[in-house]
Amino acid sequence: MDEPLNLVLFSGTDDKLQAAAVLTAGAAALGKPVNIFLQYWALESFRADRIGRDHGLAPEAGPAGRQAVQDLARAGQASWAETLRQAKDLGSVDIQACSLSMDLLHLDDGDLDPLVDGVEGVTAFYINAGEGQIVFI
Amino acid sequence: MSVIEITQTVDAKGLSCPLPIVRTAQATKALPSGAVIEVLATDAGSVKDFAAWSKATGNELIEHSVDGGVYRFVIRRK
Repeated sequence: MDEPLNLVLFSGTDDKLQAAAVLTAGAAALGKPVNIFLQYWALESFRADRIGRDHGLAPEAGPAGRQAVQDLARAGQASWAETLRQAKDLGSVDIQACSLSMDLLHLDDGDLDPLVDGVEGVTAFYINAGEGQIVFI
Repeated sequence: MSVIEITQTVDAKGLSCPLPIVRTAQATKALPSGAVIEVLATDAGSVKDFAAWSKATGNELIEHSVDGGVYRFVIRRK
C-alpha cells in the first residue's frame, strides 16, 4: 500500500474524469497516496472558470450513455470535482498540472481551480510516481 | 450476550461507489481506537468493498447484514 497510484489524466470529458475521481477516492480510503498529472483537455476542465460546467462525454457514450449518466447525477451522484475534494480531505492526493499543457492552453497558476496543487514537468511526475503503477485516462 | 455500543452511525444510503467507503474512512479517522462505527448503505458493491477495506486497513468488520436493500456494516476502529 506504500507505493502511490499515479494517474495521468488526458481526457477532459465528465465520464472519464468521474472514473478517475472514483479510482482516486478508493485509493485514498485505503491509505494509498495518489499523484494526478493533468494534461491537455483534462487540464482545461480544471480551469477555475470551467470546472463546474458540462464537459460532455467520451464519443462511445452515445445517447443511451448520456441518459444513463444524467440519471445517475439526478439520483444524487457527487460530481467528479466533489469526489476529488473528498478524496483530498481523506488522504494524500496531489494534483499537478503539466507545465507543457499550461503553455499549450495559455494558462497561469491563477487560472486553475484550488483542487490543483501546483505545476510540474513530466520528470518531477516520474520521480514522485516511484515504483507505483501509472494509469493513463 | 454482549451488546455492542455504536459510537457513530454513518448514513451512506443513496450514495454511489466509492462514497460509502470514503465517508466511513473519514469518520474512522476522527474517532479513537476501539470506537464502533455503524454504516448504512444502499450501494450493492459495498459488501465486497467493506470486506476489502477492512482487510487492508485493519479496521475490523464485526457485523454485516442486509435488510430491505439496506446494507449494514459494523466496524471496530483499529
